[in-house]
Amino acid sequence: MVDLTRRFDVLVIGGGNAALCAAISARRAGASVLVLEGAPKFYRGGNTRHTRNMRCAHDAATEILTGPYTEEEFWKDLLLVTGGQTDEELARFMIHESKDILNWIVEQGVRWQPSLGGTLSLGRTNSFFLGGGRAMLNALYRTAEELGVDVLYDAEVIDLKIEDGMFLSAQLKQPVGGRTEVRASTLVAAAGGFEANIEWLKQYWGEAADNFLIRGTPYNRGAILKMLLAKGVQEIGDPTQCHAVAIDARAPKFDGGIITRHDSVVFGIVVNKHAERFYDEGEDIWPKRYAIWGRLVAAQPDQIAYIIFDSTVVTSFMPTLFPPIAGATIAELAGKLELDPAALEKTITDFNAAVQPGTFDHTMLDDCATQGITPPKTHWARRIDTPPYLAYPVRPGITFTYLGTRVNKQSRMLMKDGKPSANMFAAGEIMAGNVLGKGYAAGIGMTIGSVFGRVAGREAAKNARN
Amino acid sequence: MHGTRILQEADRLMTVCNSCRYCEGLCAVFPAMEMRRAFSDGDLNYLANLCHACGACYTDCQFSPPHEFNVNVPKTLAVARAESYAAHAWPRAFAGAFARNGLVISLIAAISVATFIFGFAAVNDRGVLTGIHTGPGAFYKLMPHNAMALLFGAALLYAILALVMGVRALWRDIGEPVGMKTNAKALLRAIREAGELRYLDGGGVGCFNENDHPTDRRKLYHHFTFYGFALCFAATCVGTLYHYLLAREAPYAWWDLPVVLGTLGGIGLVVGPIGLLSEKWKRDRVLVDAQQMGMDTAFILMLFLTSITGLALLLWRESAAMGPLLALHLGVVFALFITMPYGKFVHGIYRFVALVRYARERQMMAE
Repeated sequence: MVDLTRRFDVLVIGGGNAALCAAISARRAGASVLVLEGAPKFYRGGNTRHTRNMRCAHDAATEILTGPYTEEEFWKDLLLVTGGQTDEELARFMIHESKDILNWIVEQGVRWQPSLGGTLSLGRTNSFFLGGGRAMLNALYRTAEELGVDVLYDAEVIDLKIEDGMFLSAQLKQPVGGRTEVRASTLVAAAGGFEANIEWLKQYWGEAADNFLIRGTPYNRGAILKMLLAKGVQEIGDPTQCHAVAIDARAPKFDGGIITRHDSVVFGIVVNKHAERFYDEGEDIWPKRYAIWGRLVAAQPDQIAYIIFDSTVVTSFMPTLFPPIAGATIAELAGKLELDPAALEKTITDFNAAVQPGTFDHTMLDDCATQGITPPKTHWARRIDTPPYLAYPVRPGITFTYLGTRVNKQSRMLMKDGKPSANMFAAGEIMAGNVLGKGYAAGIGMTIGSVFGRVAGREAAKNARN
Repeated sequence: MHGTRILQEADRLMTVCNSCRYCEGLCAVFPAMEMRRAFSDGDLNYLANLCHACGACYTDCQFSPPHEFNVNVPKTLAVARAESYAAHAWPRAFAGAFARNGLVISLIAAISVATFIFGFAAVNDRGVLTGIHTGPGAFYKLMPHNAMALLFGAALLYAILALVMGVRALWRDIGEPVGMKTNAKALLRAIREAGELRYLDGGGVGCFNENDHPTDRRKLYHHFTFYGFALCFAATCVGTLYHYLLAREAPYAWWDLPVVLGTLGGIGLVVGPIGLLSEKWKRDRVLVDAQQMGMDTAFILMLFLTSITGLALLLWRESAAMGPLLALHLGVVFALFITMPYGKFVHGIYRFVALVRYARERQMMAE
């Protein structure tokens, strides 16, 4: 039993990578630590349970990384994906610290492995967790518990007592035991974003948000973020934005994770419910093409679209969880998708007629393009003419949100007046917007979580001692 | 569509896993899965036998129950594995022996022991059975060596024949190209991986058994059991060679090779099975195929009884208890031999076949 009457040095709210790194680093610095995870034990860890790698800078190849990835190169990549929407000082600090995280995280029991099959493009930059994100989480929890960190599950925080930027206590609600006031000298907020809070998403997306699928657990509701912003913490990041990819429309509403994704867009065409194409399917190579389709589908009527291809490309991409829907003719396929057969036939006929000869190569921006149709398909355009015809229905799959709390290099929250909070820190997705104003690079969410989690824990422990 | 409900479920899981692949580094099952996009019955039987049931993929999986995808690979493959033993049994008429294996093995063991005891009593005078016999040839006062060799030789040959026929059926089922039988490199690799239980370690940290704290205990106890068994077998072989080549008759002195090998092996076969049984007892039920418990327990107990009766015979061979103990030991060993093709023993053989195939597949991928 956890003694909730005592005053803890550090209270960590959240239970993912950032929260556990904070808890472990605070405990290692000598602090007493309580972790409040709002989810039940199985669903602990928020989005971390669906991750698989982390992007860390390193000056030389390692056992599992194929070559060096310098701080400068990391910085340039970050600049590219965010279009400059990043705090350079914080970002460079994070990139520098990420080097040491490669070893530190192993000391916390996490094990690395070389990049997984089908992810060769990440073999140099990203370190993969052996067994995936849940294996990583399990290791962090084991380490935290062995160090004497107290952890509670189903531990929902319903209010925070904050005065003049100083955290005093948290109001805890548990299924058994009811409400308790938890006191601590410092707070580390590592409770993620609000991607599972459909009502909140509706503020920016309207009714369309009802058709979004959420890739993580239903527990990422942003309650802590909302409380902090309401109690004077400075916000950062575009509140209207979220990271979304196209995922299978047959996926569950929540927690479908990585396996519902589709990466077959470049091998066919994408149509909306009117059987019309709406964007250049061959615009860019992975991962950019992967990251834009959630948003594109979100803008279509009823937030649904269909990737359509033929039998010649079936083995060109990773096997999928849900099988493609098949038809011997375009009309039959349209019938199964409940699309207008004549409209789909026309779209595909027009597309096929526009395809120009070229040499197909999906690993680069090749010269297979269409001519004379709008929108064009500027690369990888090949005729769709070999039955059976196949389709995947897709919807926007929301991964994470960008709105967060402003922090400094100590991971300490800044208040609306610009002053650092007396004893409040933030780590992980809840403050990712400081570094990642928009866009995404594989594994960077975990870098943000581990680096700022470790810093927040250390600083909170130091703060609690003073 | 697949032949059985469990293969249907295994297919569903492999489709989920193949679109995820996070567990690729944990063992051989997932890399083998990734070499395929669709799974035949034979593929699934192959993967089921390749699985060492370390449990890591269950603990690591974000989609294990209570998640709605309900991914439980270790348990599903355990059931499929057990069904593959029955499906490939030779002769077919004995396939049913797997269903209530605990009962079948206990009955055969009891009958076998009783037959030896009554047989000794019937053939020999009461005085011979309970008498004290020492020196070379002491055992053969109760049962002539040639009779013993003939009986056990026949039992062992039958077991080998039945196992070979089972392996042949499995081999055909998993679609192994015939040419690979002669591939020495793949064979050596499989021998090494089987010998060190390469895939019973959760990808490096150990097995997951009663909770999410990994340990190496199951691997350790399995090594005790396997190498104990191997040493006992070696002791028997050396004894046979002594008898026929050197004309040296059992019982041998404590320092002689058959006794040393047999004693060391016997100790392994006491420690190993006790450990395995206790680990099995503690194991998280969610990972366990409950139907298989009888079979597993029966085999472990048979190994334990073999060693404990053998050690007892060694300790009391110069007393009046020698006759009954010899009957007991021979009864247990006889039962062990003839039930080998119809119980848990086959797991080692089938898994080895799967490892040979995996080694060969990896070779072909690299070529």
